[in-house]
Amino acid sequence: MSTPYAKLPGWVEYGLIPLVNLLVAFAVAGLVVLLVGESPLEAAYHMINGAFGRGEYIGFTLYYATTFIFTGLAVAVAFHAGLFNIGGEGQAYVAGIGVALACLWLDRLMPWYVVFPIAILGAALFGAAWAFLPGWLQAKRGSHIVITTIMFNFIAASLMNYMLNRVMKPLGSMSLETRTFDAGGQLPKLDWLMAMFGLSVGTSPFNVTFLLALAAAFGVWVLIWRTKLGYEMRTMGHSPQAARYAGIKEARIIVITMMISGALAGMMALNPIMGETYRMQLDFVQGAGFVGIAVALMGRSHPAGIIPAAILFGVLYQGGAEIAFEMPSISRDMIVIIQGLVILFAGALEHMFRPAITRAVLAFSGRGRTDAAVKGA
Amino acid sequence: MDFLQLFLELAQSTVRLSTPLILAALAGLFTERAGVFDIGLEGKMLGGAFAAGCVAFVAQSAMAGLLAAIVVSVLLSLVHGYASITQRGNQIVSGVAINFIVAGSTVILGEAWFHQGGRTPALAEGARFQAIELPFTEALRGVPLLGPIYADLISGHQALTYLAFLMVPASWWILYRTRFGLRLRAVGENPGAVDTAGISVIWMRYRGVICCGILCGIAGAYLSLAANAGWTKGMTAGKGYIALAALIFAKWRPVPVMFACLLFGFLDAFAIRYQSTPLPLIGKVPVQLMQALPYILTVVLLAGFIGKAIPPRAGGVPYVKER
Repeated sequence: MSTPYAKLPGWVEYGLIPLVNLLVAFAVAGLVVLLVGESPLEAAYHMINGAFGRGEYIGFTLYYATTFIFTGLAVAVAFHAGLFNIGGEGQAYVAGIGVALACLWLDRLMPWYVVFPIAILGAALFGAAWAFLPGWLQAKRGSHIVITTIMFNFIAASLMNYMLNRVMKPLGSMSLETRTFDAGGQLPKLDWLMAMFGLSVGTSPFNVTFLLALAAAFGVWVLIWRTKLGYEMRTMGHSPQAARYAGIKEARIIVITMMISGALAGMMALNPIMGETYRMQLDFVQGAGFVGIAVALMGRSHPAGIIPAAILFGVLYQGGAEIAFEMPSISRDMIVIIQGLVILFAGALEHMFRPAITRAVLAFSGRGRTDAAVKGA
Repeated sequence: MDFLQLFLELAQSTVRLSTPLILAALAGLFTERAGVFDIGLEGKMLGGAFAAGCVAFVAQSAMAGLLAAIVVSVLLSLVHGYASITQRGNQIVSGVAINFIVAGSTVILGEAWFHQGGRTPALAEGARFQAIELPFTEALRGVPLLGPIYADLISGHQALTYLAFLMVPASWWILYRTRFGLRLRAVGENPGAVDTAGISVIWMRYRGVICCGILCGIAGAYLSLAANAGWTKGMTAGKGYIALAALIFAKWRPVPVMFACLLFGFLDAFAIRYQSTPLPLIGKVPVQLMQALPYILTVVLLAGFIGKAIPPRAGGVPYVKER
């Protein structure tokens, strides 16, 4: 197994193998449902129905997906440069300050389409700033990025707790949140988009941030595969030695990559703050930064994979709420299990089924290369 | 004597809060010294605490609970080992996965089995670890200074606390004075050399991972059977990560691990005790700053401003035998 894996056709590499990994993850999750004494099929039915049954449900599904596209892209960009950014959670949390500041400052003066770009800038800036230090420490001082970003998640939690407790909470208010934004800080819903399909968004917070997420996905594709910087990032991800030999400035790439990653994670904050609650609440990220890891792994760090993976997690989040409602013994914590299983099977164990699949595929295509290829696997 | 009383109170809660950190950090020490990074300490501890809470309640026995905690935690370690040693997957990814799987499944299973909203039933006296009174406590209490220290600080902890502190020299001895320890450290620094000597790198690493599982299980059992009366949802509350921070802070050495854990435990105890009292010279310190301090200190250390933390050289790298 020491030689590289056999080259497989694209549909196997990017379609079949992730699908098999995903199915195994769901099968194991089904076992947990069985263990609890419920029917996995019924749970699956409630999940699909809860995620797609009505326009409103679809709106919720896509609302969650919007969040996960950002955090998934954030993790993916770092992956391409060989960096593991676990800090999306903290970066998104701190970026909330940027969004909230823009809204608190301008919401009564300007319409949303003026506030929105400023809030995007604020989110990206604060997210990037929170990712800068771990990136810089990795580049200049060699501190392991995984550990520093974990630490920064906790520091962010304390910082935000302090900010909401002492700084950003309106005077005399008891709950840990900013004041509710006026019209300028409220993003319009995408009801016209849903109406094109004859659906209604209902009460779901499906908003224009979704379009921004799609644009960001396209932007990441351009960055990674169509620019010099992206080429340098991928080179470093593949082989730091080769990158160094080619004269690519390692420290610069690390810092820039982390800041882009942090900015992407940060933009996630727009969705709940300006799109749903119209205020910044304590713990508004709710683990989305970590979902990004699962999304990036499942989407194989490619925007074209990340968008469906994010929608899948949107389905899990929205459908999971429906399951919890219909089957009380399966609370929303089920999603956390599935998330963990996806990370395990699509991430850490991604090569577990590869030898078997390789053999099967090559046996079917049967071109007599089977032996050599299987040895390669 | 007022000052002594204050000191004893703080020291006592420091010991209480440090115990699970010491056990978990030593757990991390064994696996990371063997070259397998583990950010799943949190999950294994939580899984152990849950198993301990369940079994101790059903069997009405603390020892049965402890055993269950160790079994569950070792099984989780083996999953991590299988992913990162046998399948050569990404060790960080595997650790993250385990944390999530445990965080979710403990809640779902706990709710399905006990219907108590994110907790296991409260344990009776007999199903928990009891505080142990060391001999002569009462007789020595009258001795000035040393008496109260002995009676209130050294005596009166649960068995697992003493075990945790005993594990510190024991770990040192195992790592630095036994053949197993030498090989374990070698496998984390230069697995190729160990392989050349005819020792199985895979099996050595699995043993490191199993040691980690055992200690994490004990740490979990401490949380639900000694520090509390049962398991509650998310009761580890980041302790696994603090232990990881302590391990790095101690530069992967057993005795400094203990001091780092005591320091972080002390910060925690201090933050709880002085939440709203202004301190001399500094004034009122926001409690959030105290909570963040272990993490900030670890980052400062990692940045190389207080010494340099150099991880085991082969850590995080799956071993590929050359053909």
